[in-house]
Amino acid sequence: MRRGRFTGYWLMLPAALWLGVFFVIPFYSLLATSLYDPEGSVLTGYDVTYHVANFWDAISEHWDELFRSLWYAGAATLICAALGYLLAYAIAFKAGRWRNFLLVLVIAPFFTSFLVRTLSWKLILADDGFVVDTLQTLHLMGEDGRLLATPVAVIAGLVYNFLPFMVLPLYASLEKIDGRLVEAASDLYASPTRGFLKVTLPLSMPGLVAGTLLTFIPAAGDYINAQLLGSTNQRMVGNVIQDLFTDTGDYAAAGALSVTLMAIIVGLVVIYIRKAGTEELL
Amino acid sequence: MSLAADSAISGGARNLRLTALTKEFATFTAVRSLDLEVPAGSFFALLGPSGCGKTTTLRMVAGLETPTSGSIHLGGDEITWEKPYRRPVNTVFQNYALFPHLDIHENVAFGLRRRGVKDVDQQVREMLELVELEGQARKKPPQMSGGQQQRVALARALINRPEVLLLDEPLGALDLKLRRAMQIELKRIQTEVGLTFVHVTHDQEEAMTMADTIAVMNGGVIEQMGSPTELYENPRTTFVANFLGQSNLIAGTVTSGEGDVVRVDMHGTQVSIPADRAHTRSGNGWIGIRPEKVLVAPAGEPIDAPGNHLPGGVITDVSFVGVSTQYLVQMPWGQELMAFEQNTGRRAILEHGTKVDLSWRPEFAFLLPADQDVNAGALEEV
Repeated sequence: MRRGRFTGYWLMLPAALWLGVFFVIPFYSLLATSLYDPEGSVLTGYDVTYHVANFWDAISEHWDELFRSLWYAGAATLICAALGYLLAYAIAFKAGRWRNFLLVLVIAPFFTSFLVRTLSWKLILADDGFVVDTLQTLHLMGEDGRLLATPVAVIAGLVYNFLPFMVLPLYASLEKIDGRLVEAASDLYASPTRGFLKVTLPLSMPGLVAGTLLTFIPAAGDYINAQLLGSTNQRMVGNVIQDLFTDTGDYAAAGALSVTLMAIIVGLVVIYIRKAGTEELL
Repeated sequence: MSLAADSAISGGARNLRLTALTKEFATFTAVRSLDLEVPAGSFFALLGPSGCGKTTTLRMVAGLETPTSGSIHLGGDEITWEKPYRRPVNTVFQNYALFPHLDIHENVAFGLRRRGVKDVDQQVREMLELVELEGQARKKPPQMSGGQQQRVALARALINRPEVLLLDEPLGALDLKLRRAMQIELKRIQTEVGLTFVHVTHDQEEAMTMADTIAVMNGGVIEQMGSPTELYENPRTTFVANFLGQSNLIAGTVTSGEGDVVRVDMHGTQVSIPADRAHTRSGNGWIGIRPEKVLVAPAGEPIDAPGNHLPGGVITDVSFVGVSTQYLVQMPWGQELMAFEQNTGRRAILEHGTKVDLSWRPEFAFLLPADQDVNAGALEEV
């Protein structure tokens, strides 16, 4: 059988269909929702009136939560990057025969539900839990100090939940680095620190970029951690969108906020990739 | 940052000296009490089959491996425990280990930049000129051919003007023709820059082409050290005789070991071997003769050699390789000897089954102790 000119396109078809049904159509629907007439309700029905002002209303009203989402997600991503790099580096270069075991440990939390894991953090960080008790005994925290319902708890929850997404791509790119390159650097007068900064770190950039994206994007849209570990003062934009959709029934505002969040994230990712210059890396 | 490398410029070149250097790994000893002195400015080759400890020795000099015992000196300074990045020594790695994320210019500049040297760019340009890669400075290593990458690796090490340049099988990944060209190139550059080169290889022809001095290594020790001609013409062990080129090794018994000629009974024929080429003076031994030193003539015809005639040979194999014809001759005692004859056209090529006499000049033969394995080093030669 002669290989047709369109074989490549045929092979793309399943993925294209999938994307069409589960991304393009919902996205179109979301975009349409964001342009509903804000006067509509479940009883009177909704009309697409291209009411662009929905966006200004949603952004100005929920500016705090939008900003907080980006700052929590950014902080969580930075902490994940620092912790994840150390962990991935240790697994890739120092773990020896424990390497596979440690990798399984990194993935192990996925065997339990996201919700259950976050709920258990609620117990760990509780006001009468051992963490708070210990900190108070050591006078690192005041008598009425608490962890739950603080930004620390929410960010810690985000870090915990998204750390594997940082570790795995970082490990994949660190593990590929040829040990002889590091030897060559030390042969060429680079101290271990210089060798790391000039050779290992640049060569692991693809993993670091992938890891930060895989961490930042879901973290910015997350609402479980804020809901379970935070209070009304730690509400993230995800919590607002959820409320608007399910409780208030203000579909137009919810849609506008969703599209806004998406646009901000896409914008940040584009700037980030440009800055990180991953297309130049191998 | 003050580096020992600066002394290369001020203090002149220094000898590299290894003393009782030993490296043991968990399961085996790679290098056993190695003593070696590499004169400054020489092209020195460590030659041996894979696993003989030559690369481990090189890595200890580079500081990438820590010796179990023994010491390494550069002139009067001990560098045994010095960190690799503080040694005035650079390496051309096997498979080059070029930094894939840096272009050629930055690869070559790497060592200078780490040492905070001024006007790096000018020096890099000059170095790329030396290795004839002027136009390629902005390419990335994966975009270059093997031969070009090899020259980048060389430039990257050479630009630092190390006191000792270590080359770890630098031509191993190149095809035969390119390898020959690079051998000449390397030798030219070494002469030009006048640095000490220590070259590790398993290719005996490569070592002989380039090196002033060769140390043949086997099983973690040096079997013999000397100039290429010395090693080839007067090997001291069966390993060297077989690993460096090919040898006929024939069993014999010493009949008289006194004076400046050792007489040996070789299957009924008395042969004499100059005393400085006899590495045993009594008992049994191996009489060695290089195949190209063995002269062949049809039975009864005169042979142009003052030595003994060995009659009764029969040609069992003839291979024509262009510049020479290689004969296998079965001798009356059953052994097949190799004889390589230049194709001068003086006589037609002898045919399979021809009865022949063999001879050689006594001064070309050598005598080795019988307790050495007659096949040592022969298997590695492929």
